[in-house]
Amino acid sequence: MPSTRRLWLSQCIGIAALAEVAAAQQHANEAARSPDPPPFQTLDPAMAREIDAITSQIVPSTDGPGAREAGVVYFIDRALSTFDADLRESYRAGMASVQQKRRQMFPASSSIAALASEQQIQLIHAIETSEFFDLLRTHTIYGLLGNPSYGGNRDRVGWKLIGFDPHPAYQPPFGYYDAKAKQ
Amino acid sequence: MSGATLKPSDPVDFVVIGAGAAGGVMAKELSTAGFSVVVLEQGPYLGVKDYSHDEIKYTYTPGLTNDPKVQPITYRRNESEVAKPLKAIQYGRQVGGGSVHFTANYWRFHESDFHERSQFGAVSGAGLADWPITYADLEPYYTKAEYDLGISGLGGANPFEGPRSKPYPLPPMPVKSSGVLFERAAKKLGLHPFPAPMAILSHPYQDRPACVHCGFCEYFGCEMRAKSSTLVSVIPVAEKTGRCEIRPNSYVRKIETDAHGRATGAVYFDANRREVFQRAKAVALCANGAETARLLLLSKSKRFPHGLANSSGLVGKYLMWDNGGEALGLFEHPLNEYKSVVVTRVIHDYYRADPRRGFYGGAGIDARFDYYPASFALRGMPPNAPRWGAEYKQMLGQYFTHSMALLAHTSSLPQAGNSISLDPHAKDAWGLPAMRVTFDFHPDDIATMKWALTKQLEILEAAGAAKTWTTGITLQDMLPSVHLMGTCRMGNDPKQSVVDRNSRAHDVPNLVIADGSNFVTSGRQQPTATIQALSYRAADLAIQAAKRGELG
Repeated sequence: MPSTRRLWLSQCIGIAALAEVAAAQQHANEAARSPDPPPFQTLDPAMAREIDAITSQIVPSTDGPGAREAGVVYFIDRALSTFDADLRESYRAGMASVQQKRRQMFPASSSIAALASEQQIQLIHAIETSEFFDLLRTHTIYGLLGNPSYGGNRDRVGWKLIGFDPHPAYQPPFGYYDAKAKQ
Repeated sequence: MSGATLKPSDPVDFVVIGAGAAGGVMAKELSTAGFSVVVLEQGPYLGVKDYSHDEIKYTYTPGLTNDPKVQPITYRRNESEVAKPLKAIQYGRQVGGGSVHFTANYWRFHESDFHERSQFGAVSGAGLADWPITYADLEPYYTKAEYDLGISGLGGANPFEGPRSKPYPLPPMPVKSSGVLFERAAKKLGLHPFPAPMAILSHPYQDRPACVHCGFCEYFGCEMRAKSSTLVSVIPVAEKTGRCEIRPNSYVRKIETDAHGRATGAVYFDANRREVFQRAKAVALCANGAETARLLLLSKSKRFPHGLANSSGLVGKYLMWDNGGEALGLFEHPLNEYKSVVVTRVIHDYYRADPRRGFYGGAGIDARFDYYPASFALRGMPPNAPRWGAEYKQMLGQYFTHSMALLAHTSSLPQAGNSISLDPHAKDAWGLPAMRVTFDFHPDDIATMKWALTKQLEILEAAGAAKTWTTGITLQDMLPSVHLMGTCRMGNDPKQSVVDRNSRAHDVPNLVIADGSNFVTSGRQQPTATIQALSYRAADLAIQAAKRGELG
């Protein structure tokens, strides 16, 4: 915590409560650190590559890091191993139907990952109204913009992309218009 | 956690069911008045060190709310449908209840809210009724709540509010960019914006520090203790009396009654799923507008075959919830709305129902940003924008920091067909019948939302938005509902209501029911101030009744 903030906090709440507040704030922000990339627990590497090929088109790495650099597929593996374990079957069935669609659209292809980027985009257009795509998109976004502790949003690339600059506390002014109104 | 330890076998003066917005207030009032109190809370007892700024934990997984995996809920639009599993309603499930994770909007109902049936007239297909109490009856308790809990706001700034006996104890929160833009536009249109009353401390209050504007209010617990939940405000006071025990992880399955039809206590499952009977001289039921009704329906007996306090057949009926659409706007410069509290400015110009509009309803509209990074990327972007790909990514980079929302909090008409009932098939993890929710809009609910959206867009345009868009107003868009009202409505006639004007059950003299279930009308949402004022009032009247020997 910067010393100016510590000073300001102590003025607000008194020195005695400061340690307690600092501990609670540290805890509240702890989850915002990136751990090392974990091995996959639920996805097999081939499935992980295929999922990564799709999620990397949902948020591509154009003009800077996207889903791939954020480690979205690691987040999905974590989700399917823990709080979304009941969605494993949806992934199995969903990916099977995407593969079927791929074979239909690109009979000569061997995998989604091996398709050219343009072909991947065509494939996603063909599935974008499906329930499974909604699930993939939801997971991609949580993997990009959720807390790094879940294996995604590595180095906070998602937060940097959208301009979210997380701090345990802020002081006004917060934005352009309230700053201007104060002048 | 430092309260009394009381034995289930010894009758306490009161058992309070639910330790949320209403139950926390009830526990404090009863225990400080000298009564012994056991509070049975189905959720855990968490503290500030348990909280984190983790969007996935608190918005994607159940976080601080009910978990449908252990407590399934089924939903249907109307009685002709078979209800299917869906988390149609959501409530805070821990000591402090919804007051822990709520946005902290804290406006009062208006004088007119209590007489809308008389003022507006009947509405076809709805059970619109007057309350048996007035704003003046509740005013001292609104004030008590504001001072006891710690509310920030500017008294007198809302020209449509009823008379208040005191200003707010704390000045308003600092205005955000959304508030500045909204206020400027609203004034240009001849409207009357005012600083949002918030249950968040703008300055240190009692022993709690001021808000540090971290931005994690809605869905999150406040690690600063600056949000004025009952967990950090009144519950510690109750425990300090030495007469109040908060018993978490205690899931009540039945309120017991004796041969005279008086409540004798509550049977609950403890953390190990063992049944315990807590004896009590009186029961205060504060389990929220959904669980309160469900528990009464579960408390069937020979004497009360249709559920406790249900001779009217109205327990669970007239469910009202939080209607309203959202309009968003994109602005030239960054607003950084993710910082600080959700809402800083409100208007009540469109609050009052006006028969000349051709439908019943009204709206409170606030300027806000109720999104976090992922929820904005999922649901906050314009509906006609790409949902994935390079352009979507590029837009995210601009929209998150440059957008704000106007949310309309619109009326929800009481309809007898909208209800909480027991599902005939689904069971929860304890083997109890699951909650079944039946809800459909009244046509006037929809008309009000559509009309309000035109006002929201007009204000955004007057504010200079470069682009505006709206989110949906279908039933699906309202789910899960979090403002649960009306299922034990208050009234003078025992055939037309469940509780009397003192929040006591018509059928059971020593049963107090005080929470959102008492509501006769929905106001314009933001029910927490009124829930807590009702609880302060019900507690005060229960204390007087107990002293007269009516409850023991």
